[in-house]
Amino acid sequence: MNLEELESTAAHERELCAGQKCRLRVCTGTGCASAGSDRLTQALRERAKERGMEGEVTVTEVGCLGLCAEGPLVKVDATDTLYQNVAPNLADNVLDSLTGEAAGITICNEKQPFFARQNRVVLENAGHIESDRIESYIARDGYRALLHVLAEMSPADVVAAITQSGLRGRGGAGYPTGLKWSTVAKANGPRKFVVCNGDEGDPGAFMDRSVMEDDPHRVLEGMAIAAYAVGASHGYIYVRAEYPRAIKRLKTAISRAERQGLLGSSIAGTSFSFSIDLRVGAGAFVCGEETALIASVQGNRGTPRPRPPYPAMSGLWGCPTLINNVETLGSIAPIIRCGAPWYAEIGTEKSHGTKVFCLTGAIKNTGLIEVPMGITLREIVFDIGGGIPNGGKFKAVQTGGPSGGCIPEQYLDMPVDYESLREVGSIMGSGGMIVMDETSCMVDVARFFMEFCMSESCGKCIPCRVGTAEMYKLLTRIATGAATMNDLSKLEELCSMVRETSLCGLGQSAPNPVVSTLRYFRDEYLAHVQERVCPAGVCPMTARKGVATHA
Amino acid sequence: MRDLLPKTAPPTADKRWRIVDTAMKRNGYAPDGLIETLHAIQETFGYLDEPSMRYVASSLRVPLSKVYGVATFYHHFQLKPQGEHSCVVCLGTACYIKGSSNLLEAVRTRFGIRSGETTPNNKLSLLTARCVGSCSLAPVSVLDGQTLPHLSPEELVEAICALDDTEEAAQ
Repeated sequence: MNLEELESTAAHERELCAGQKCRLRVCTGTGCASAGSDRLTQALRERAKERGMEGEVTVTEVGCLGLCAEGPLVKVDATDTLYQNVAPNLADNVLDSLTGEAAGITICNEKQPFFARQNRVVLENAGHIESDRIESYIARDGYRALLHVLAEMSPADVVAAITQSGLRGRGGAGYPTGLKWSTVAKANGPRKFVVCNGDEGDPGAFMDRSVMEDDPHRVLEGMAIAAYAVGASHGYIYVRAEYPRAIKRLKTAISRAERQGLLGSSIAGTSFSFSIDLRVGAGAFVCGEETALIASVQGNRGTPRPRPPYPAMSGLWGCPTLINNVETLGSIAPIIRCGAPWYAEIGTEKSHGTKVFCLTGAIKNTGLIEVPMGITLREIVFDIGGGIPNGGKFKAVQTGGPSGGCIPEQYLDMPVDYESLREVGSIMGSGGMIVMDETSCMVDVARFFMEFCMSESCGKCIPCRVGTAEMYKLLTRIATGAATMNDLSKLEELCSMVRETSLCGLGQSAPNPVVSTLRYFRDEYLAHVQERVCPAGVCPMTARKGVATHA
Repeated sequence: MRDLLPKTAPPTADKRWRIVDTAMKRNGYAPDGLIETLHAIQETFGYLDEPSMRYVASSLRVPLSKVYGVATFYHHFQLKPQGEHSCVVCLGTACYIKGSSNLLEAVRTRFGIRSGETTPNNKLSLLTARCVGSCSLAPVSVLDGQTLPHLSPEELVEAICALDDTEEAAQ
């Protein structure tokens, strides 16, 4: 498919959509799906047929509309209205609203901060396109960036553009993407690979899942542009086995793109060829670490190895390999389409662009949001998130999953960027943001993450394998009221030991949740140790005599 | 070369082994395809047993110890047969702070099984997940592939009981 054909496909698809008198977009993201959106779609189609509205009403299934808390969501294009909590039995009310007043269904205010404060770049298509139809992606300027790159830009130009955009790795560490690309581009090797890291293992994060499920072609396009820039001809998408829908949709997307000549050999009639294979993970958090991921793609146990050599020099089968996260690759096409300066304008001085977060926990508007870097935590939690439900009081927000930390109230006005988050002892991470109120105990949270790291440790290096287990034991002693002050100082010693001596990121960052909670909520630890009480009433404290055990 | 070497016969005459063979063939019988092959076996037969692991080892020409090592390293692979129904309780952060451990406890009390166990009559298997990525619906469980949102312990037990005769599983 060349640019002309792409444009005619896009024009045809747009005409098709414009020709539909009334288009209903039903959100089929995980949130809405489990709230019954698939039954709703069916009901809408059936009722439209029975009422003889079949010709006028088109019901389309689209990706996540964002506000998972109020699902199922339905967007009616003709009246430009979004409805929330549309249970399957309300299908008739939606159809009624097309001809007259909306009754019996709740309108979702799209002017509320949850929508108004967002800046959608990676998620620009979510809620608009049907993920299984490539035409739907093409109609929203899909693959235009790839064809532009192939026709007008040299690989070096592409690397320069990405560097200029200031994009940094969205997997968590924030390594400059342009720098990574140029290292792989310069590396010598008979073969090079591009790998998309879709092993979103952080508990509390589902951004990548949403991108892969709702807009799979965006990932493929980003990978193809990356491959052209670094000189690779083959790529892998490593996706978790826990995301069966993402696997299915990516498979469909790959075969559709191949059929249209947008993947495979001689893309758009040029000499550039690029094919993509899917590799399904098997449930190991450590495989998000790039050297472990490489081992896993090659069919081995996912254990990391020391770096250097970095995968950019020696990765898959010893060849130079570019590994980028799903969201990073999802940002590529818009950067090429709208220009690097446009992207660099968004955000702060050192962290450019936007970031997708999953807002969950003790918060009113749970869901998927994309905000410009530099927004404050307060804006995210209280404006976009709508604050704490049931009159609860904000206690902390956890970012970065098991590698991150808990940020207390005093830092709510801090801008969200890579550096600020690191300064307060957390990390950007992949984008999970879990809000906690007074009912959460910080010792319990630290213990939860330590249990996670302990069982996810691959066992290769001793500081991580043994250290996390020892820290977990100490935290359990604290949580049961059996600890002494000596245990607390042992815990602190272990934190720095494990951090300094572990081989990979999992071990090095495993103490973070403990360190950050000790830093900001030390009084809670002291209450557990000295007074043997859990202020939030969460921990069992069974070691203390005369105290009823927590049910 | 590999084609010239004698082929190993599948452990049983079951025709479904063809699915597994196809998976190995797709990767050219290269050891790289080990995880893909194990996925194929688990999808086809529900779990990995010793004969199947021996078969993969000899077909891909890798040591049995490596096959066993990989199969036990990854949480997704099951080495024991699973019950007719599966209940996966999510223990992700969002679910955890909203009380998912109470869900586990409720299933344990009602059906007498812990995470990783199956009821004696092979009706129900209880599993846990690190995060199923449905955090905005916390706490969630996945019952036979269907995600159930905002669960209370009672609702989960009720939903399990509603699956045909799992009721007997409690005995």
